[in-house]
Amino acid sequence: MTPADADLARRAHTAAATVCDPEIPVLTIADLGVLRDVTVEDGRVEVAITPTYSGCPAMDVIGIEVQTALAEAGIPDARVRLVLSPAWTTDWMTEAGKRKLAAYGIAPPARKASRRALFGEEQVTCPHCGSAATEKVSEFGSTACKALWRCTACREPFDSFKCI
Amino acid sequence: MPTTSLSHTETPLLAGILALADDALILGHRLSEWCGHAPMLEEDIALANIALDCVGQARSFYAYAAEVAGGGLTEDDFAYRREVGQYRNCLLVEQPNGDFAGTIVRQVLISAFVDPYYRALTASRDATLAAIAAKAEKETAYHLRHSGEWLIRLGDGTDESHARARAALDELWPYTGELFEVDPAEGALIEAGTLPDPRALRAEFDATLDHILGEATLTRPAGTWMQGGGRAGRHSEHLGFILADLQYLQRAHPGATW
Repeated sequence: MTPADADLARRAHTAAATVCDPEIPVLTIADLGVLRDVTVEDGRVEVAITPTYSGCPAMDVIGIEVQTALAEAGIPDARVRLVLSPAWTTDWMTEAGKRKLAAYGIAPPARKASRRALFGEEQVTCPHCGSAATEKVSEFGSTACKALWRCTACREPFDSFKCI
Repeated sequence: MPTTSLSHTETPLLAGILALADDALILGHRLSEWCGHAPMLEEDIALANIALDCVGQARSFYAYAAEVAGGGLTEDDFAYRREVGQYRNCLLVEQPNGDFAGTIVRQVLISAFVDPYYRALTASRDATLAAIAAKAEKETAYHLRHSGEWLIRLGDGTDESHARARAALDELWPYTGELFEVDPAEGALIEAGTLPDPRALRAEFDATLDHILGEATLTRPAGTWMQGGGRAGRHSEHLGFILADLQYLQRAHPGATW
């Protein structure tokens, strides 16, 4: 990569990393681990993103917002490519992202993703009061990536990121 | 998008991808029919979420089918421009929702098969199929757990819920045989390491089912006569009605976008 291309890739990455998830606006796609790679070939920028779930309806919007963010940064003709491999898991979420989620009222994924984490006993801490006295209300929530829980200490309902 | 039905050359690989795509799309469409009608809000959200996963999986497979077919075809061409006889989904996924027990039994039966199938597909020599499966298998595992827990509650619930689950199981059981059938073209793909051999997954399917049914105080139906033909395009009357609904807009207004 030429120094000019490397500089372009850096600027493009910085711009793409500011795009927020439309359904969880407190997280950027970099926090989520949805932003995979930014490359430059023959002066053309390509941004690789990956879905959290196969049917995640936010992917089209995220693609458009990445192109918009890059255009605003003076990079008008970027391409967005959808990649599936390696598959996204909650392990791709950054620690900063997990802290932002909790502050926003969504319990972050509690441990490393695995079949055991998916099927084992779940322990979720209430993002509102910090109590461990919580119970699952529904395995599915407002978006594909979340389940619905409630805290039996402070009585507040909350979303929890599925450990998948 | 042209108005005519799709006529394309179906290589064994394309047929194999379309069978996976059609299973996911038709199941997703059936589940989406519950949206706004489920017995309770949480389950309405759950069924819509499972439907969304299925349609998302279908899109990944159709997009790959379009790439393999070439000629500028898109994922939408395969979903919206094929006739009933060109659909390769198994008969199980097109069966009507019935009551809630019927939908849950259908979901348990298909998930108990698709879950190990996708997991085996992650080892495919075809990198794209392996990648789609790696994404999808975690979703399907979640579907299996969810529908399995419901079947246990229904079977081991009241006399009424037990009877309904029992009736649905008897009704849908003859559609499970087709899941394990292999035609010669698929056999070649299995030989090449592109697709897993469904026959090798029978023991896991039976074990999963026996575990769930045992907890649900239900038993596997004794009948051995099985329906078949979906993979070859011979469908029950239901698929035509599904496609009339699913394809209406693109058939009436070809190429419409929004």
